[in-house]
Amino acid sequence: MTEPGKVRLSIDGKEIETSAKATVLDAAKQAGIHIPTLCADDQLAPYAGCRLCIVEIEKMRGLPPSCATNVAEGMVVRTNTPELHRVRKMLMEMLLSDHPYDCLACAKNLHCELQKMAEEFGIRERKLRHLTRESVLDESNAFYSRDMTKCVLCAKCVRACKEINGVTAIDLSGRGFNSIVQPFGDGPISESVCESCGECVERCPTAALSIKKQVWPDKEVSTICPYCGTGCGILLGIKDGKIVGVRGDKNNPVSRGQLCVKGRFGAFEFIGHPARLKKPLLKKNGEFVEASWPEALDYMAEKLKPYIGADRFAALSSAKCTNEENYLMQKFARAVMKTNNIDHCARLCHASTVAGLADSFGSGAMTNSIDEFRDAELILVTGSNTTENHPIIGYRIREALRKGAKLIVFDPRETWLANQAWLWCRQKPGTDVAWINGLIRIILKEGLENKKFISERTEGFEDLKKTVDKYTPEYVSKISGVPEEQLFQAARAYATAGKSSILYSMGITQHSHGTDNVQSLANLAMVCGQIGRAATGVNPLRGQNNVQGACDLGALPDVFPGYQKVADEALRKKFEDAWGVPLSSHPGLTIVEMLNAAADGKIKALYIMGENPLLSDPDLHHVEQGLKALDFLVVQDIFLTETAQLADLVLPSACFAEKEGTFTNTERRVQLLNKALDPPGEAKPDWEIICELADRLGYPMSYPDPAEIMEEARKLTPQYHGISHSRLKGGCDLCWPCPNQDHPGARILHQDRFTRGKGKFTAIEHLGPAELPDKQYPFTLITGRILYHFHTGTMTRKSAGLNQIVPGPYAELNPVDAKKMKVKNGDQLRVASRRGEIKVAARVTEVVNIGELFIPFHFYEGAANVLTNPALDPVAKIPEFKVCAVKVEKAAGEK
Amino acid sequence: MKETSPSEIKSVLKRVESSLPAKRASLVPALQMVQEKLGWLPKLAMLGIGKYLKVPESEVWGTASFYAQFRFKPVGENILTVCRGTACHICGSAAILRDLEREVGVKAGETTPDLKFTIQQVACFGSCAVAPVLVANGKVYGRQTSPSMKKLLGRIKKSTSTKAKSKKS
Repeated sequence: MTEPGKVRLSIDGKEIETSAKATVLDAAKQAGIHIPTLCADDQLAPYAGCRLCIVEIEKMRGLPPSCATNVAEGMVVRTNTPELHRVRKMLMEMLLSDHPYDCLACAKNLHCELQKMAEEFGIRERKLRHLTRESVLDESNAFYSRDMTKCVLCAKCVRACKEINGVTAIDLSGRGFNSIVQPFGDGPISESVCESCGECVERCPTAALSIKKQVWPDKEVSTICPYCGTGCGILLGIKDGKIVGVRGDKNNPVSRGQLCVKGRFGAFEFIGHPARLKKPLLKKNGEFVEASWPEALDYMAEKLKPYIGADRFAALSSAKCTNEENYLMQKFARAVMKTNNIDHCARLCHASTVAGLADSFGSGAMTNSIDEFRDAELILVTGSNTTENHPIIGYRIREALRKGAKLIVFDPRETWLANQAWLWCRQKPGTDVAWINGLIRIILKEGLENKKFISERTEGFEDLKKTVDKYTPEYVSKISGVPEEQLFQAARAYATAGKSSILYSMGITQHSHGTDNVQSLANLAMVCGQIGRAATGVNPLRGQNNVQGACDLGALPDVFPGYQKVADEALRKKFEDAWGVPLSSHPGLTIVEMLNAAADGKIKALYIMGENPLLSDPDLHHVEQGLKALDFLVVQDIFLTETAQLADLVLPSACFAEKEGTFTNTERRVQLLNKALDPPGEAKPDWEIICELADRLGYPMSYPDPAEIMEEARKLTPQYHGISHSRLKGGCDLCWPCPNQDHPGARILHQDRFTRGKGKFTAIEHLGPAELPDKQYPFTLITGRILYHFHTGTMTRKSAGLNQIVPGPYAELNPVDAKKMKVKNGDQLRVASRRGEIKVAARVTEVVNIGELFIPFHFYEGAANVLTNPALDPVAKIPEFKVCAVKVEKAAGEK
Repeated sequence: MKETSPSEIKSVLKRVESSLPAKRASLVPALQMVQEKLGWLPKLAMLGIGKYLKVPESEVWGTASFYAQFRFKPVGENILTVCRGTACHICGSAAILRDLEREVGVKAGETTPDLKFTIQQVACFGSCAVAPVLVANGKVYGRQTSPSMKKLLGRIKKSTSTKAKSKKS
């Protein structure tokens, strides 16, 4: 008897039991039987284009393609008969009839699937009359070449672009012999909507698509991408001790081998870049001189000693470093320097999430996992340009859209998602509480709320009901600029869909009322009971590869690892016992407060690990004042960043590819790094540097490896109790909370009860941004990120290809405003706020609304954060990056 | 006829949006509607259709380029189509096309720089009984010879220039 959902069939006389959903090709592969194919791909829908995978099946007519034929009970399949061989060989001869014979000079020589197939069929000569395909070599893309004369029309590229990335930049055009893969209008690919993710190049069987400067690696090491919080698995290709390329790791559960442009093409050039720091640098008479490690660390210890216990020292940890390193850094600040002045850049991106969701639900992280977006019936995206900033999560949303999910986007900018949305609401920047309250009011008035969920699972509903009552559609529409009709549509659709998921990012958090925004979204989800189930929830997308982990492991001024409050005596006692020293009970300073305190002379020494506040923090002139006022600044980094240039001591550290440890991605999944290379010169992993420093300050830290650090950390961190390196190495796929060594981890939070018990409604009034446009500064500036660069550009701007695509700073300006100011695309603009002025090129586009301006913050030569307002959210102390008032003028006489 | 202006494109897109539902199946009818109005498919119009129907622009292009009926360059004020089907070929359509190309100065599939004439060829127009066939601005002229073609062309040229003159005055 076969199991339910399984069928038995025979292939080449071999009895096989397989899933009833499998194709004949799948079944053969599973049984180790080789069937030739050029167009089949595990991750793409069957296409049956190349016809090489034809088989004979008893009681079926003709020669069906095995890739597109489902298995059936009792099927008898033959894959290798003389007749099949004859037809396949003929097909191969036809494929080769219009293929150029320049194999020796071809980028894919010895790696070409067509070549391998010709070998398999023993083809040694061209039998058919040679035809030539006419096509111009397209070298316009920064990373890959397109030579359509070598195309075999397997359409893997077209299908990957549509089914994996979802942007669908290319399609088969023309017909018959003139069929050809083209972007819209047969222009160069660089002028199309192509996002350069390379999923097409990865799959192309020939050199129709090939990576420029392709070097084939000797070995590959699997590790985690160092960019955004998605946590994709990458294979670093190594040849002669150098990283020569990156491929997606198909075994990674998050990305399943898929990557974006930064991961595939931009994640390795910086690793071996000549500008990497190789020796400690000591500033003497205003100039950096190389120093030995003992010299540098002795000096540092001597400089830091006076500040022990005085709260005049502060440390910035890093969302780029591992969990183990973040644990050690906060332990260093707390146990060695006796201060809670420890923070990191989560303050600047999702501090309001950590504070807001912890208060509403009891846990400040994504409530659901990334893959669940694919199953949502409705996705509400707000303040997230997902397809650019979390591209692989963007792929999942596009997948949901193809499956028929409804997409609602609230965003002032017309992002790709906004453009494709079922409903796009363009709210004015900083009016989020208003529209969310507005939706809740409509839901309550129309009786669409989940009464059972509200009464059983939540508290504080009556206050919320009272507060939202004044947010009538008319009132909300006036504040937010969203038409009343759209508010009704959004409210009804969100409340009535079976599985609605909210996804948000910095457009919600980076406001002077960011915590309010976050808690409003939590209110909305709870009112409708759209939380605690698969494919629902409130899902903040974290910006950095390990920003979730850096928060979890306590690189925050008010909490120990695991969000355990420093002010709580019992919890503090636990850490005092574990670390063997008395600890400070009052919460430390946050990033912006630290720099303010530095400017006021209250903080004297600052130890920065892997952060670049001189580009990432608001109001850069003020940041610079603060850094310059310090007595002692140490920066530990992989490059001499803008911030490092101001330091008294610079310590060279190892990058992600040169060390071991773990990263925690945005869905709370803890993943292992694998060391691929040794660090350059004398550079060391951050954890080693911290240990050596602690030793010198009279608090020995001794760990043989990061696994041991995790052993200590996990015992003190309830969410991580069951997460150890040995379990991860053993193949366990763990999302926290994981309370013990046998626990499988948790994908969905708050299923039967909220982490805090009952979900808490928070009644919130709309307040609006701290700085609004006025006569003097009439524009609203929105800052943000783009697909092709990352954060302060320290890594991405070392990539020639990424720089080719986006070479420098620019401001998006609406055509209506551009016309008024007589500004053309590419003209230089002078943009000024009350805090400073920068020059950037104009990019005239309807992506931004009239009266609004968007500037990405990656570029030091036109740093958006010179302009931004350091107004802080009162709870989370996150600055208002997303809204400030600026004036714009054409820079006279300059192009 | 001249290059299509952005405002013309906008107005035809409005017509598409008011008369066709925003779904994928509307793609070919939308392309046809635009071509009927503008004589060809400007890129901006195809992008507009894609945006309205939520069909990726590459697929709009892939579909449009599949069909021989769609044109991606502006066409002339007068469209002259020579049938090159079997019957017409036997009756001498090759010579008619050759002479027409010589007279007008462009090859089949091309348009004169002043956008006055476009020459096309079709595989079979379906009027084999009156072969060889020339279709001028939608009107069928049967049993053509080179001299009759030249006469017809003369008449068309004349009426085109008078139209232009009357427009000017």
